[in-house]
Amino acid sequence: MALFQKKRPTDESYYMASQWTLMWRKLQKHKLAKFSLLLLAILYTGALFADFLAPYGLEEFSALYKNTAPTRVYWTDENGDFSRPYVYGLKKINDRKTFKVIITEDPEAKYYIDLFAEGCEYKLFGFIPTNIHLYGLVDEEGNPARDQSGKTLARINIFGADTNGGCIFSRVLFGSRVSLTVPFVSAAISFVLGILLGGISGYFGGWIDNVIQRIIEVLSAIPSIPLWMALSAAIPPGISVSAMYLYITIILSFIGWTGLARVVRGKFISLRKEDYVTAARLAGVSDFSIIVRHLVPGFLSYLIVNLTLGIPGSILGETSMSYLGLGMKAPATSWGVLLKETEDLVSVAQYPWRMIPLIFVIVTVLAFNFLGDGLRDAADPYK
Amino acid sequence: MLKYIGKRLLMFVPTLIIISFVIFFIIQLPPGDYVTSYVAAMAAEGEVFTVEQIEDLRNQFGLNDPWLVQYFNWIKGIVLEGDFGYSFEYGRGVWSVIMDRLYLTLAVSFIILVFQYGVSLPIGIYCANHQYSAGDYIFSFFGFIGTATPNFLLAIIIMYYIYVTTGNVYLGLFSTEMLQNGMRWEYVPEFLGRCAIPLIVIGTSGTCGIIRTVRAQMLDESARQYTLTARAKGCSEATITYKYCLRAALNPVVSGMAGSLRTIFSGSTVSAIVMNLAIQGPVLLTALKSQDMYLAGTIVLIQAVLVLVGTLLSDIALAWLDPRIRFAERS
Repeated sequence: MALFQKKRPTDESYYMASQWTLMWRKLQKHKLAKFSLLLLAILYTGALFADFLAPYGLEEFSALYKNTAPTRVYWTDENGDFSRPYVYGLKKINDRKTFKVIITEDPEAKYYIDLFAEGCEYKLFGFIPTNIHLYGLVDEEGNPARDQSGKTLARINIFGADTNGGCIFSRVLFGSRVSLTVPFVSAAISFVLGILLGGISGYFGGWIDNVIQRIIEVLSAIPSIPLWMALSAAIPPGISVSAMYLYITIILSFIGWTGLARVVRGKFISLRKEDYVTAARLAGVSDFSIIVRHLVPGFLSYLIVNLTLGIPGSILGETSMSYLGLGMKAPATSWGVLLKETEDLVSVAQYPWRMIPLIFVIVTVLAFNFLGDGLRDAADPYK
Repeated sequence: MLKYIGKRLLMFVPTLIIISFVIFFIIQLPPGDYVTSYVAAMAAEGEVFTVEQIEDLRNQFGLNDPWLVQYFNWIKGIVLEGDFGYSFEYGRGVWSVIMDRLYLTLAVSFIILVFQYGVSLPIGIYCANHQYSAGDYIFSFFGFIGTATPNFLLAIIIMYYIYVTTGNVYLGLFSTEMLQNGMRWEYVPEFLGRCAIPLIVIGTSGTCGIIRTVRAQMLDESARQYTLTARAKGCSEATITYKYCLRAALNPVVSGMAGSLRTIFSGSTVSAIVMNLAIQGPVLLTALKSQDMYLAGTIVLIQAVLVLVGTLLSDIALAWLDPRIRFAERS
């Protein structure tokens, strides 16, 4: 008996706790899910503070740094003594024999890495004007590595540079704003659509059910890429970045809701015959109230799991769309746009650092998957 | 059972009509038409058309009619004469353009489908039977990485790896010698090797999904009471796994089959562009971009019909496999 009691939480709080508290506690026991949650929190914070964390803005590129490898950071000075970290600027030299232009490190131009350095102007959260970045380069006297007009003299690209000489690390951060929110917002929209249409379909049955089922069948029979292609081809050209963003979100959610609606319908069909629903109906509760207050909470946890597991699909969808040239377009950036630049063998072979954004995509997708798995286990708190 | 199949077959026709309508609507949705993009393309090369010439072209292609009329003409042609319309881009009938690549596309898609299920079912069963073993972890790891990597990048990475190790780039399904000399027996090994890359690239994401479903379902089923009963009365583990659990676990796998066909079509479009495969995907992309609408519409329609047939077959298989569904239909 003592052994038996040991297994059960002895305190009263276990029995008094709400469903969500129990879920949260159970989720915390799932180490991988907890770690994924932490990772996602870091990624989303990174997206929020992208202007501050990124050393360069999206418009800042330097032709000299075109396709250069990640900047090497030195920790020891010329004599081999430990020094504060510094980098060398680049210079162009002409090879006398081949007349080829070679870009190498310039030992004359030594710049130190400084925390909270001055960089380009931006507005933190969109309204606090500042020019402080997490890190940047300064010269011996501590002045930023820029000339009078604000052009960079030397750059530190920890992930290397793209074809324009822009900093890939900065672009990954700015891209995460699109790549992490588009799937989230579109998943939220398909969530609402799925619950609403699936709910109506399952609750009322009859011809409404039939119509909605046919719509779902039609939408899910058309392969998604042609659907994207056709829908994004319908986006008028030359629209602003934010409008483009809106369109992509809508396209992704337009395709995403059908699976959820099917699940919701199944749940409704099995739940609507329960006694408590009949009781509510007899008591004169409106249909809408029954759906929202009585039925949906019964499997909301399940839906949230479904939502989490749906996000990775959207992230990959956004990458494919951008790859086909249908999503965001430069200078606006997203992870898909960044990966599009690695589109052929040659660029992978010559500039392997362009694959770095892929790591972010994989990590995010995995984190959402693991979090979803953890949530699925936690969704049944009394088990 | 027969009644169920009959009912599903009856529903097939109206769904097909709606699908063709939706497809045509979506495809004509982008502003402009083929003549617009054709004139723009010619203007880029320095050839300028007069307004009359442009109008002439439009009238000739029937692009001045309202889109509903165009849709009805298209459907009328398909139903009455088996004519799928005219491809502006290729300058010949849509059907002959499609036939160029149809068999290869179907073969590639079918092989991938078989590969997906052939690989993932045994692995899923193995992982469930050896939960938390080294093999389970290894397969899960690869499974997750496979689902998390965008198809086209996986293709590039694998092609790069092959290039580095063998010094040869296997682009496309056929080598130049094969195309020049036709298929001969000595080319078969190389052809199979060339097939392996698209197979892995397009098949992986689906494979991982099926492995996860099978594993989760098998674990669920093996925790059920009937499994315990079977074990208690002395059934062998093989009987329990294959006769009891697997049969119940197959349910979501079978119902997901049409879905995987759809994913293969989508996945193969992007991968085919990267790997230069002579299948339908790239043709569809260019057709959509140049607004060659009958060609694009027909390709999407064929894919949608295949998915619909797949859904139908998987529903029938499901009703055959799972008596609960048959009973639900009857009552």
